[in-house]
Amino acid sequence: MSGSTDWPLWEVFVRSRRGLSHTHAGSLHAPDAEMALRNARDLYTRRNEGVSIWVVPSASVTASSPDEKDPFFAPAADKPYRHPTFYEIPEGVRHL
Amino acid sequence: MNGAPTDDARDVRTTAAALALGDDALILSHRLGEWAGHAPALEEEVALANIALDLLGQARILLSLAGDEDELAYLRDERHFRNLQLVEQPNGDFAHTIARQLYFSTYQLALYRQLVAGDSAFGALAAKAVKEVAYHQDHAEHWTLRLGDGTPESHRRMSRACETLWRFTGELFQPVEGLDIDWAALEEGWLTSVTDVLERATLGLPQGPRTGAWTAGAGRQGLHTEPFGPMIAEMQHLHRSHPGASW
Repeated sequence: MSGSTDWPLWEVFVRSRRGLSHTHAGSLHAPDAEMALRNARDLYTRRNEGVSIWVVPSASVTASSPDEKDPFFAPAADKPYRHPTFYEIPEGVRHL
Repeated sequence: MNGAPTDDARDVRTTAAALALGDDALILSHRLGEWAGHAPALEEEVALANIALDLLGQARILLSLAGDEDELAYLRDERHFRNLQLVEQPNGDFAHTIARQLYFSTYQLALYRQLVAGDSAFGALAAKAVKEVAYHQDHAEHWTLRLGDGTPESHRRMSRACETLWRFTGELFQPVEGLDIDWAALEEGWLTSVTDVLERATLGLPQGPRTGAWTAGAGRQGLHTEPFGPMIAEMQHLHRSHPGASW
């Protein structure tokens, strides 16, 4: 299995149903985008999980770093008014 | 089932065809399963196992049309298998496996498409299988393009694999008893499709013979190549050692 490490890493996003957004499912190795799509089909949609797949080179993902955790996320902690928890959700609205 | 002679005759023909198609699927499934734990990459191992499982599912349905699936898979001797010699060929290197997949899945796809359109006992099975096989063909095609038009090493190996297996491809178009298929059209479509893929892969069509002397092709009559015996010995070993064993 040493060969797989020569291939670039791809992030896989799967849309499970029409109307939902693509969700990160995992990652895989593949020689190029077309093969990554096929590998994603085999690895992440075998049990009928998806209707659409995106693959993105992992190298293209810019991630926040653990060092930036506090300035990025802590200020939101004490602002409960930002959460839409003071409204009643109308009946019939799913996936909210 | 009633006892009318025409129905009996049709049953015999259906059984013969189910054995031929079922054995193709079963034997290729087993060969692909041999990659488990050995594939060049984890992702590719899953892909090959998926294809093997698709084929195993087809084999189960087809062999059930011909009799008891376990008995047929595990208790027949070599000479009673009706699969093409192409599908029993050893995995070789990855290029050999891909060449075998390209030749066979292109054939199976065209065959099943005709069965979907036709009026036989296999229409419903073919309608489901044709989607699976379309993916098998796509998988083989994409790998053929990458290996053929890849590095000098991958080109050399892919070219060698296509040449080696070429002499087994004439057998694909021997009429199978019980299948109402336009075999000449099937062969023409297969050649067009395979030529197109190989040319795009910078490989070109192999030059060796596909029919006549020095070619293979009596699998449908129960004559198999040397690697087949050891393969079914391994496939049948557990069932023969422990008859009736279950999970």
